[in-house]
Amino acid sequence: MAAPLVLVLVVAVTVRAALFRSSLAEFISERVEVVSPLSSWKRVVEGLSLLDLGVSPYSGAVFHETPLIIYLFHFLIDYAELVFMITDALTAIALYFAIQDFNKVVFKKQKLLLELDQYAPDVAELIRTPMEMRYIPLKVALLQCFPQCYFSCLSDIPVSVPTHLVCPRTPLSPPAAVHTCENEEQSLLDLFLGVCHDVCGKPSGNHLPLLLPSQLLGFHPRSLWLYINVFFYTIPLAIKLKEHPIFFMFIQIAVIAIFKSYPTVGDVALYMAFFPVWNHLYRFLRNIFVLTCIIIVCSLLFPVLWHLWIYAGSANSNFFYAITLTFNVGQILLISDYFYAFLRREYYLTHGLYLTAKDGTEAMLVLK
Amino acid sequence: MGLLSDPVRRRALARLVLRLNAPLCVLSYVAGIAWFLALVFPPLTQRTYMSENAMGSTMVEEQFAGGDRARAFARDFAAHRKKSGALPVAWLERTMRSVGLEVYTQSFSRKLPFPDETHERYMVSGTNVYGILRAPRAASTESLVLTVPCGSDSTNSQAVGLLLALAAHFRGQIYWAKDIVFLVTEHDLLGTEAWLEAYHDVNVTGMQSSPLQGRAGAIQAAVALELSSDVVTSLDVAVEGLNGQLPNLDLLNLFQTFCQKGGLLCTLQGKGLQTLLLMVLRQASGRPHGSHGLFLRYRVEALTLRGINSFRQYKYDLVAVGKALEGMFRKLNHLLERLHQSFFLYLLPGLSRFVSIGLYMPAVGFLLLVLGLKALELWMQLHEAGMGLEEPGGAPGPSVPLPPSQAMGLALYVLPVLGQHVATQHFPVAEAEAVVLTLLAIYAAGLALPHNTHRVVSTQAPDRGWMALKLVALIYLALQLGCIALTNFSLGFLLATTMVPTAALAKPHGPRTLYAALLVLTSPAATLLGSLFLWRELQEAPLSLAEGWQLFLAALAQGVLEHHTYGALLFPLLSLGLYPCWLLFWNVLFWK
Repeated sequence: MAAPLVLVLVVAVTVRAALFRSSLAEFISERVEVVSPLSSWKRVVEGLSLLDLGVSPYSGAVFHETPLIIYLFHFLIDYAELVFMITDALTAIALYFAIQDFNKVVFKKQKLLLELDQYAPDVAELIRTPMEMRYIPLKVALLQCFPQCYFSCLSDIPVSVPTHLVCPRTPLSPPAAVHTCENEEQSLLDLFLGVCHDVCGKPSGNHLPLLLPSQLLGFHPRSLWLYINVFFYTIPLAIKLKEHPIFFMFIQIAVIAIFKSYPTVGDVALYMAFFPVWNHLYRFLRNIFVLTCIIIVCSLLFPVLWHLWIYAGSANSNFFYAITLTFNVGQILLISDYFYAFLRREYYLTHGLYLTAKDGTEAMLVLK
Repeated sequence: MGLLSDPVRRRALARLVLRLNAPLCVLSYVAGIAWFLALVFPPLTQRTYMSENAMGSTMVEEQFAGGDRARAFARDFAAHRKKSGALPVAWLERTMRSVGLEVYTQSFSRKLPFPDETHERYMVSGTNVYGILRAPRAASTESLVLTVPCGSDSTNSQAVGLLLALAAHFRGQIYWAKDIVFLVTEHDLLGTEAWLEAYHDVNVTGMQSSPLQGRAGAIQAAVALELSSDVVTSLDVAVEGLNGQLPNLDLLNLFQTFCQKGGLLCTLQGKGLQTLLLMVLRQASGRPHGSHGLFLRYRVEALTLRGINSFRQYKYDLVAVGKALEGMFRKLNHLLERLHQSFFLYLLPGLSRFVSIGLYMPAVGFLLLVLGLKALELWMQLHEAGMGLEEPGGAPGPSVPLPPSQAMGLALYVLPVLGQHVATQHFPVAEAEAVVLTLLAIYAAGLALPHNTHRVVSTQAPDRGWMALKLVALIYLALQLGCIALTNFSLGFLLATTMVPTAALAKPHGPRTLYAALLVLTSPAATLLGSLFLWRELQEAPLSLAEGWQLFLAALAQGVLEHHTYGALLFPLLSLGLYPCWLLFWNVLFWK
C-alpha cells in the first residue's frame, strides 16, 4: 500500500507547488472563509518583523500565535512554503498509518467479540471485512491532502499544528488517554497527538485576545457561553463512548471545529477527512441528503454574500451571518446524525438486525 | 429535531412528499408567479420616503437662471462638434476654464474583441474632458459628479450646454462643501469606464488610458444627463446598472422630490405591471442602461436622467431641468456620509412606489422550492430502490454526461471570440457575424450530446441512472438560480420561471418529442429571444419575427462585447453555468 500513498503525496505536493506560484495564491489568501485572524500567515510575518525590530509581537492586536511559532518560524521563514508542504505531507502519512493501525485494532476486537458470542446471530451484514477496510487509510490521506491544499496551504499555517494550539487542548486528552489505556502498542495517532500536546506552548497561546469582532461568529466577551460548548461535550461523550476512543476523538474534533472562535475551511476539512473511516455507518444515516444539500448550498453562498456585503454594498452583515449560522446548524445536524448512526449500529450488533416487537411486527428504534 | 428524528413523523413526511409531489410542485410554482404579479398592487407596495436625515428636512431655494447661456453653449458645442467630427476638446477646455473650473483631459483607447456593429466601432480612442469645481472652504475629501456622455450617435449637446451653464452658476456660490466634477466623456460608456478606472486606479477591463492629472476626493454620488432637445416634456430616470446593481433608493427619492417641487414631470416608463416588468427585463439583461451603471460598481450611487420630448402639451425648458439639478446637488452637498440608509435592493412598480427585498424574495423561493421537492422525491425513490448516491454500482452511468456538458459550456464561452479569425478566413462573414454564428452553432451542437455519451454509459441499472443524473442536475440548477437571484433578482426570477417547470418534468419516459420541444423552448437562448419580444411588446413597439431574430443576433453580439469591455456577467453565467445545466436535463430526456 505504499505506492498509492507515495503517488497521492507526490500529486499533492505538485498541486500545492503549482498553487503557490499561481495568481490564485493572492486571491485565496484574502478570502475570509480560509484565513482567520488566528491562523493567518500574514500576521505571523508581521509578528516576526516586529520581533526583528525589537518590539514585542503581541503589542498591537495583529499577532495571535504562540511564542513557539515565533521561534520556529524565525529560522524557517524563508522556507515557509516547504515547511507547509512537509507538515501537510507528514500529517497525511501519520493519519494513514494511524488509521491503518486503528483498522487492525477494530478487526481484532471484532473477531474477539464474535468468538465470545457477544453479537446477535443475524448481524452478518454489519460485520466489517478486511476487504472493505483496505482502502480506508488511503482515502483518509487523500481527503486530508486535497481539500486542505486548495484552501489552507496558501494562507495559513498547516491546520494540524495551530488547530490544536489555539483550541483548548484539554478536550482532546480524554480520548487519547482512553486509547492508550486500551491498547498495549502505542499507536501512531497517540504519538501524533502527544507531539501536538507537547508543542502546545506557554499559556499565552491559549488566551484569545480578541480585539477584533469575529467575522464569523460575532464574538463578544459575553458569548463566553458559546465557547463553553467546546468543553461541555467532553465529559458526557467520554462517558458514553469510553469503548470507542477514535470515534470520540472524531466527534470532539468536529465539535471544536464548529464552536471554535474563528472557524475556517481548514478546520472543516480536518474532520471531514475522517469520513471514510466511518463509511460503514452510511446505511444508518437518516438525513444525509438534506444535510449535504444544506452544506453545499451554504458553502456556495458564502462567497456570493461576502461579495454582496463588502464589494457591492447592497446586502449587509446579516445576510453573511445568517449563512454562517445555517452552515453551523448543518454541521451540528451532520455530527449528531453520525453519532446516532454509530449508536444504532452498536445496538443492532448486540440485539440483532431484524427486531420484532412483542406482537411479532417489525419494531422501530426511537432515540429517546 | 422531532421532525427529523422521529421515525413515525419521518414516514408521514416521506409519504406526503412522494404522494402529493406533483400537486405541491404545481401549487408552489403558481404561488411564485402569483406572488410576483401581486407585487404591483398598492397594499403590497410602499410609498417611497426619504431615509437619509441629512437630505430630508431642509428645503433649498433654487436660483438657476442660465437658460439662455445654456442654449448658447449648446449651439456652440454642436457647431464645433460637427466641424471636428469628434469631441471638440480644445473648445471644451477653453470654455470650462472661462467658467472658472480646473480643467483636465484624459485620453483612452481600446481595441474591442470584435467590431461592434451597433455602434460601428472597433478601435476606439477618445478623450474625456473634466473640470473640477473646488469647494471653497473644504478639504477636497469628497466630491459629486455631473456627467454628460457624448457618443457618436447621440450628440447630447443641450446636456453639455446645461452642464456648462450650471458650472458657471455653481462657481458663484459659497456653500459647496464637496468638490463637483463636471465630466464630458467621449464614446459614452467606454469613456466613462476609462475615467472611472483611472480615477480609482484599477484596471478591470483592459482599457488603456492615460492617468488622471487631477482628482477630487471620494465620489459620493453622480448624476448622468442626456438631453436631445431644447425643451422637454418629461424627465425619464434610469436606475438599472451593470449586472443588475441598483443605486440607493434615496437618490431616486431625491430626484422625485425635486421634480414634484418644480412641477416637472418625471416618469418611469409604463404604468403598474408594465413598469415592473420593464424594470425586471432591464435589470435581468445586466446592461448598464446609461453611464450611471458603471459608477455603481465603485459604490458610487448614480442615476441617469433623460429628457423626453414627446407630444405632450406642456413643455419645460432648460431652466426647469437646471433648477432640478441644482436642487439635487445642493441636497447631496449636505450628505455627511455615503448614502446607505435606504434600500439597495428593490423593485419599482412606479416612480413613487417600491417593493423591498423581503417582499419579493419569496417569489423566487417558491419557484426554487419546486426543484427542492422534486429532488427530495427522486432521492426517496432512489433510496427505496436500494441505490444510494455513494454506491459505486451504477456510478459511471449518471455522472458521465457531466464533464461533456461542462466542456460544451466552456467551448461556448471561449471559442466564439477566439475562433472568429479562423471563421472569417474560411467563410464570407464579418467578425461580429462569425462570433454570433459560432455561438449558435456550438449551442445547437450541444443538442447532439446524448447521442455520443450513450456509448460510454454502462448498462448496469439503466433505469435508475437517469434519476441520479436528474437529482444532481436539479440541485445544480437550484444552486445556480439561488446564487443568481441573490445578486440579480430579476435574472434569477426570469430564468426560474422558464427553466423550472421543464426541469422538473424532464424524464425519459412519456411523450419525448413534446418534452424535447418544451425543453428547447425554455433553454437560456430561447428565454433571451422571448424576453426581447416581451420587451418590445411592453414598449408598445412590437416586433415581427424577422426583426426579432435580427435583434436577437445583435443582442448576442452585444452580450459578448459587454462582457469583454465592462465585465458584464450575463454571458459567462449563461454559457458556463446555465447552459451545461440545461444540457444535463437534455441528457436526462434522451436517456436510453
